[in-house]
Amino acid sequence: METNRDDFIIAIRSAFLKKGTKQRFSLVVLLFFSVSILVLGKFDFKGVNVLKSGLNEIVYRASFIISAPENFIKNTYNLTISHINLYNDHKKLKKDYKDLKAEKLRNNFIISENIMLKSKIEDIVDISSEILAKVLVDKQSPFLKSVIVNRGSKDKIKLGMAVLDGKFLIGKIVEVNYLTSRVLLLSDLNSKVPITVEPNSIQSILTGTGEQFGKLQYTQIENFNLENGHQIYTSGSGGIFKSGIPIGEINIIDDSKESYVSFHSNFSQLRLVKIVLYENIN
Amino acid sequence: MELSKLPISRKLLSLGPIILLYISVLNEFDFNYLSLKYFSFNFPYILIFYWSLKGEGRLSYVLVFFAGLINDVVVGLPIGISSMTYLSICVFAVYLRNITLRPSLIKDWFFFLFTILVTTSVFYSILVIFFYVKIDYYNLLFNVLYTFLFYYFFSYIFGYYLNLLRRTK
Repeated sequence: METNRDDFIIAIRSAFLKKGTKQRFSLVVLLFFSVSILVLGKFDFKGVNVLKSGLNEIVYRASFIISAPENFIKNTYNLTISHINLYNDHKKLKKDYKDLKAEKLRNNFIISENIMLKSKIEDIVDISSEILAKVLVDKQSPFLKSVIVNRGSKDKIKLGMAVLDGKFLIGKIVEVNYLTSRVLLLSDLNSKVPITVEPNSIQSILTGTGEQFGKLQYTQIENFNLENGHQIYTSGSGGIFKSGIPIGEINIIDDSKESYVSFHSNFSQLRLVKIVLYENIN
Repeated sequence: MELSKLPISRKLLSLGPIILLYISVLNEFDFNYLSLKYFSFNFPYILIFYWSLKGEGRLSYVLVFFAGLINDVVVGLPIGISSMTYLSICVFAVYLRNITLRPSLIKDWFFFLFTILVTTSVFYSILVIFFYVKIDYYNLLFNVLYTFLFYYFFSYIFGYYLNLLRRTK
């Protein structure tokens, strides 16, 4: 028994402390370095932030180049799937186009009426800057959903700016480097956005699930009469985003009255995005 | 002269695992684009464990440490956490190497499961408790499960590669 314990201690000591013939450092030294970086990073130590920012600039570019073959396979796969679905998509789009044409005419009237009404209450929010950015790294890990774009503080990108795919909100800027920035997608578990559900103007919070859909919070207890197909827009609360940016629609309401939201934008297909800053004109 | 015995080919072959590790942390190939629910696996875990266990010192710990830093930057995790996890895997693998008299793939395989369960639990706890990062627990659990299953498959591929390296010595 005593011998077994001795063997265990010798093996552990050897694993941690022995450098090995081809190693420059023992594992315990490197583990100590890792933990130190982690702890100093937690307390925003300047040296770690400089290291991180330097690594960000190099690694994002390197990752973009290294990912080229995988992106090629990914794009080919998506292209093949879209070719297979071409006929069905065409039929659906034809029908949608007819509906949207009629809807657009109605919306034009509502938009002009809305601008007029907002000017009465001095609540006109306008885009003060709009920057087109290319998605460099699209590593949607199973745990964290974010993308890296090729615009940074050099292009006057600031934390919290909204990121759109066409007209649809997809996330916000959470990290700014000199040449690149990280966008936290709406599907990330850590993302929370104040929203309005139309047509009933129900206020809620949209939170990510880590999957390709989001979830509405604080709507399951009350009887809000939420239905599939109800549209989700930003509410403008908190002042980060302007109100009325389309996000998605309610897709599933499960037995526990939890409402799930499918996003208008496909987060795995992002190529070019718009980074915008909304400011009150007044 | 055989191509694999040329000095440059030998050097490239011996650097193979570390090149693969860096490509995998920069590229994160985990087939996420297939959108298969809960399907993902952690290739660096497999590679680091196998080459620390069998690689006869070919996998430099310093390079593993830097690979961890790069992984943190790519995925957006607090810097240092992946290095810590990767090096912990190295510790487990080296410990197993020290206590093993008669190597067996099945034993290695189950020890690998124990290793990734422990290291992933520490990884999860640190992220949730100290950094308040929300992570889907089920995603992580399935990631561990698939990583465990894929180890068996990759250990054969790495085995062939290791034999090739030994032959070119």
